[in-house]
Amino acid sequence: MSKRVDINRIKDNLFRYVGIGCTLFGLLMLGFFLYSVLREGLPRLNAQFFSSLPSRKPDEAGILIPLFGTIWVMVLTSLISIPLGVASGIYLEEYGKKNRLASLIEINITNLAGVPSIIYGLLALEIFVRILGLGKSLLSGSLTLALLILPIIIVATREALKAVPKTIREASFALGATKWQTIWFQVLPASAGGIVTGVILAISRAIGETAPLIVIGAMLYITTLPSSPMDDFSVLPIQIFNWLSRPQKGFIINATAAIIVLLAITFILNGIAIYLRNRWQKKVKW
Amino acid sequence: MVKDMTTHKLSAENVNVYYDQAHVIKDVSLTIEANSVTAFIGPSGCGKSTFLRLINRMNDYIDGFRKTGALLIDGEDIYDKKVRVEELRKKIGMVFQKPNPFPKSIYENVIYGLRIQGINKKSILDETVERSLRRAAIWDEVKDNLNKSALSLSGGQQQRICIARTLAVEPSIVLMDEPASALDPISTAKIEELIYELKTQYTIIIVTHNMQQAGRVSDKVAFFYIGELVEYSDTKEIFINPKKELTQNYITGRFG
Repeated sequence: MSKRVDINRIKDNLFRYVGIGCTLFGLLMLGFFLYSVLREGLPRLNAQFFSSLPSRKPDEAGILIPLFGTIWVMVLTSLISIPLGVASGIYLEEYGKKNRLASLIEINITNLAGVPSIIYGLLALEIFVRILGLGKSLLSGSLTLALLILPIIIVATREALKAVPKTIREASFALGATKWQTIWFQVLPASAGGIVTGVILAISRAIGETAPLIVIGAMLYITTLPSSPMDDFSVLPIQIFNWLSRPQKGFIINATAAIIVLLAITFILNGIAIYLRNRWQKKVKW
Repeated sequence: MVKDMTTHKLSAENVNVYYDQAHVIKDVSLTIEANSVTAFIGPSGCGKSTFLRLINRMNDYIDGFRKTGALLIDGEDIYDKKVRVEELRKKIGMVFQKPNPFPKSIYENVIYGLRIQGINKKSILDETVERSLRRAAIWDEVKDNLNKSALSLSGGQQQRICIARTLAVEPSIVLMDEPASALDPISTAKIEELIYELKTQYTIIIVTHNMQQAGRVSDKVAFFYIGELVEYSDTKEIFINPKKELTQNYITGRFG
């Protein structure tokens, strides 16, 4: 009997050390990556770098165009994907009947969230660029990324709605509220934290995507700022990809500096998501 | 003494309820008078909550729900196609087993029923809040903290906020689904006192597992067993002189 207990305890400890080891491995790799990127890229981050157009000379090149492209894409993608995703989530969770078709749709949406992004690029190349004739424009790129993150937003919305207790809905109905009033006044405010968090994380994934945009033909080299959704565009990840493929050391440094900018945007978005989640969790406690 | 159908507050005629194949309410007929307290008692799964939720049509959303027979309130069939369920529920309030205030301020909780009707005039809302909280016997405890979250109150206080919220829309019938089962004895006593007072203005139907509670608060008792209405009469009659052996066995605690 006591031998059994001893073995269990050893196993317990063993697992703890394995766990610590795995965590440390991840942290060390991340730390090493951050260190090397910051060491190479930080000195390059100056006003000239943010305000310059692409150039054949690494010292004169800058990220003005891809940075603006990323902001454009972020805004357009949000405008397209948030209403569609949140509305679909609300429909599926609150209105849709819970039958076999519904569970089939649910499984498919979850699967779509895991489809490699380049597949979305191929789909978009055919539909947006060729059939709809939108070309390799900002709009095409944003639609592509919106498609890519739509499943993530739908799933996040549904999870957040699911977390609102049934008793709140019943209380609202019992006072004479319609379904929409119940959703608008009670369910959405109570689940807003979860929905917003999911949306921000989805957007931060979208702005890091490269492959689908390369597939639809986003520009590696343009010299004018986009001024409408139909203009050609480039984004930070593509600029990084472009610079990294050059032989000159200067471009590699430019790439690491651009990586820092992209990382900063992503971290800020994730930070906002975490902040909002904590704030809402404190406010709404069941 | 046979009364005309229209003089009853509520009358059920041969009501049957099915969930898919399950027959959960079996041919129940009863009448309830205005300004009385009626207690529905019976073991778990006997259909008393289902029957209660029939009265404000809360079962409508359940998949596979089907009903036959008629349910009249003030002489009108509440399952008629012309009846708008939202209007019906303004007339028939409901208090739930677990206190379920909205995660908003006390004030916002009470006026929610008015807000969704589009009433936004501050003077009306203020007046409603005070009147409803007074009727629910909680005004003195919360009047200085109306903007505090309702979730910060104790369970018993939360339940009285839920009652105030229900009264704010001026219902004529208040349904209570085991309103004190999640509360401590002192809060329970307060709720029971409140029920007794509310009877003068409202028709109250309460589901309870607690025999003493049924005895204390109700004028009439309906005993349900596996979907059937076994016995329905004055509270005293049921407790002192039940007609059926099944009723006798249940109220003396031989099963349940």
